[in-house]
Amino acid sequence: MKRALKHPSFVAGTILVTLLVLSAITSLFWSPYPVGDIDIPNKLAKASAQHWFGTDSLGRDIASLLLVGSQNSLLVGFIAVGIGLGLGVPLGLLASAKRGWTEEVVMRTADFTFAFPALLSAILLTSIYGPGLVVSITAIGIFNIPVFARITRGAANAVWSRDYTLAARAAGKTKWAITWEHVLPNVASVLIVQATVQFAIAILAEAALSYLGLGTQPPNPSWGRMLNEAQSQMFQAPMLAVYPGVAIALAVLGLNLMGDGLRDLLDPRLSRTR
Amino acid sequence: MSSHTQPLLSVRDLRVSLQTSHGFVEALRGVTFEMQRGDTLGLIGESGCGKSLTALAVMGLLPERAQVSGTIELNGADLTQMNEADLCNMRGARMAMIFQEPMTALNPLHPIWKQIAEPLQLHQGIDQKTAKARALELLERVQLPRARERLDAYPHQLSGGQRQRVMISIALACQPDILIADEPTTALDVTVQKEVLNLIRQLVAEDGMGLLLISHDLGLMRDQVQRVMVMYGGAVVESGHTEALFEKRAHPYTQGLFAARPQLGLKRGTRLQTIPGNVPEIFNWPKGCAFADRCSFVEDSCRQSLPQLERVPPTSEHWVRCPKWQSLEANA
Repeated sequence: MKRALKHPSFVAGTILVTLLVLSAITSLFWSPYPVGDIDIPNKLAKASAQHWFGTDSLGRDIASLLLVGSQNSLLVGFIAVGIGLGLGVPLGLLASAKRGWTEEVVMRTADFTFAFPALLSAILLTSIYGPGLVVSITAIGIFNIPVFARITRGAANAVWSRDYTLAARAAGKTKWAITWEHVLPNVASVLIVQATVQFAIAILAEAALSYLGLGTQPPNPSWGRMLNEAQSQMFQAPMLAVYPGVAIALAVLGLNLMGDGLRDLLDPRLSRTR
Repeated sequence: MSSHTQPLLSVRDLRVSLQTSHGFVEALRGVTFEMQRGDTLGLIGESGCGKSLTALAVMGLLPERAQVSGTIELNGADLTQMNEADLCNMRGARMAMIFQEPMTALNPLHPIWKQIAEPLQLHQGIDQKTAKARALELLERVQLPRARERLDAYPHQLSGGQRQRVMISIALACQPDILIADEPTTALDVTVQKEVLNLIRQLVAEDGMGLLLISHDLGLMRDQVQRVMVMYGGAVVESGHTEALFEKRAHPYTQGLFAARPQLGLKRGTRLQTIPGNVPEIFNWPKGCAFADRCSFVEDSCRQSLPQLERVPPTSEHWVRCPKWQSLEANA
């Protein structure tokens, strides 16, 4: 714990991520203005005491949009990473425990899925099912499955090559019991780090999809769509693009810093040299 | 079933083929031996000769794609015919294994009592509290100092010797019929080696189980086991009672092993003898005697097929796999 407080990037990352989570929670029951409220006379207002970050072309309060938009980013991150962890990790563990053709099938399928970038598969899915939050989350989640399957299988293979898994087998444990009690706990730190990175990627991907109009649909606010709407006012009100852009950048930066810090903190080999 | 008619462990013509980049190659070429309850058997040989493979084959822990033929009977039940679930019930309960490297054979994330309790909970179905109490008894039995405090310790808080004691207590937890110790002291300090080995021997004698001790340390074998098998190139080249075999080394490889042994009292500056050459790569093993290329007494027939076992008098259980052992003896 002390070590964690001394790790600058972990501290910075955790603060940023905490801010993100707090703003999402706050927005659930309070925002400066009701988020959908249009106030045409007040459109494109500058930052002031009434509107901290000003208003957009329809007179909506930017601060409120940003706050409520963070819910969206977190939701996408959690579910997409959840899909990746929930399906990818078991597949990776299965491949690693069974080896042989099971491993081949799982990993080659993962390679195949991996070859489609998240954006591409999202566009493919939306062209079939129509644009929307659920579709974009699903697309990003599917992209996460092979990522986690690969990482899990690689780390699990390293654990399986350790003597304590052989010792556990010599004690009569089944492969599944060993997977649960020995392999999973030993790959957990790798997975936690990867999860923060994938969380950041998911937020970026959702912003990109919404920017393209394939993600969150109006009137639900989303950082990506705010960017898109700001585009047409680029020269009258450049700050409209800056606010959501900075919000996305800080969220991604925070998650990456936190992941970086966790990587150092969870690695027992590094802890001894520090 | 009486112990006279049925051996504890009976391995018959065990052959194991492993998949390599050169296709399947035979890594064990017909290993045969028997052990009674209370027997201690040593397995000697240099790296890559099939010692550990024999142990893993008995435990049923060979690599997935290994091909096995022959029989391995424990108390009359053929382990090679068992499915994985039945084998899991045997491992840890009826047969147990201690590994070479106590540093890596314990899971760094679990306190040691949990790792000792594991086979107990698994095979005897006792609850966690009882298992923890049993773990303490076991740790006291392997003479781990301050056992009670150490129950909740993690592996990194123990020394190598202490960890090996923990490994032994795990192996003995369910009082197996046979204990396989694969170079249990190689990774330990010389001063600790003897203690750990004596402990193993004492515990094995107390429980009346069989001990299969694998090592390349000849001096250590002499003190610890009743019978010795010397392996080379996946085959047993010589076997016999420890005293008989140490007295009269019949196989050229065994002779080479003994000649290469450092001894007290050698003249200063004497160079230790070595066996010329290296163990050949497994896919380059000669068709006949695997030692042929390194043997100074080799003749053509050695390379044709694996020589038959021949009995070495005076004892009835001293066997050697070399057609020329009698002429070697004359030379020596």
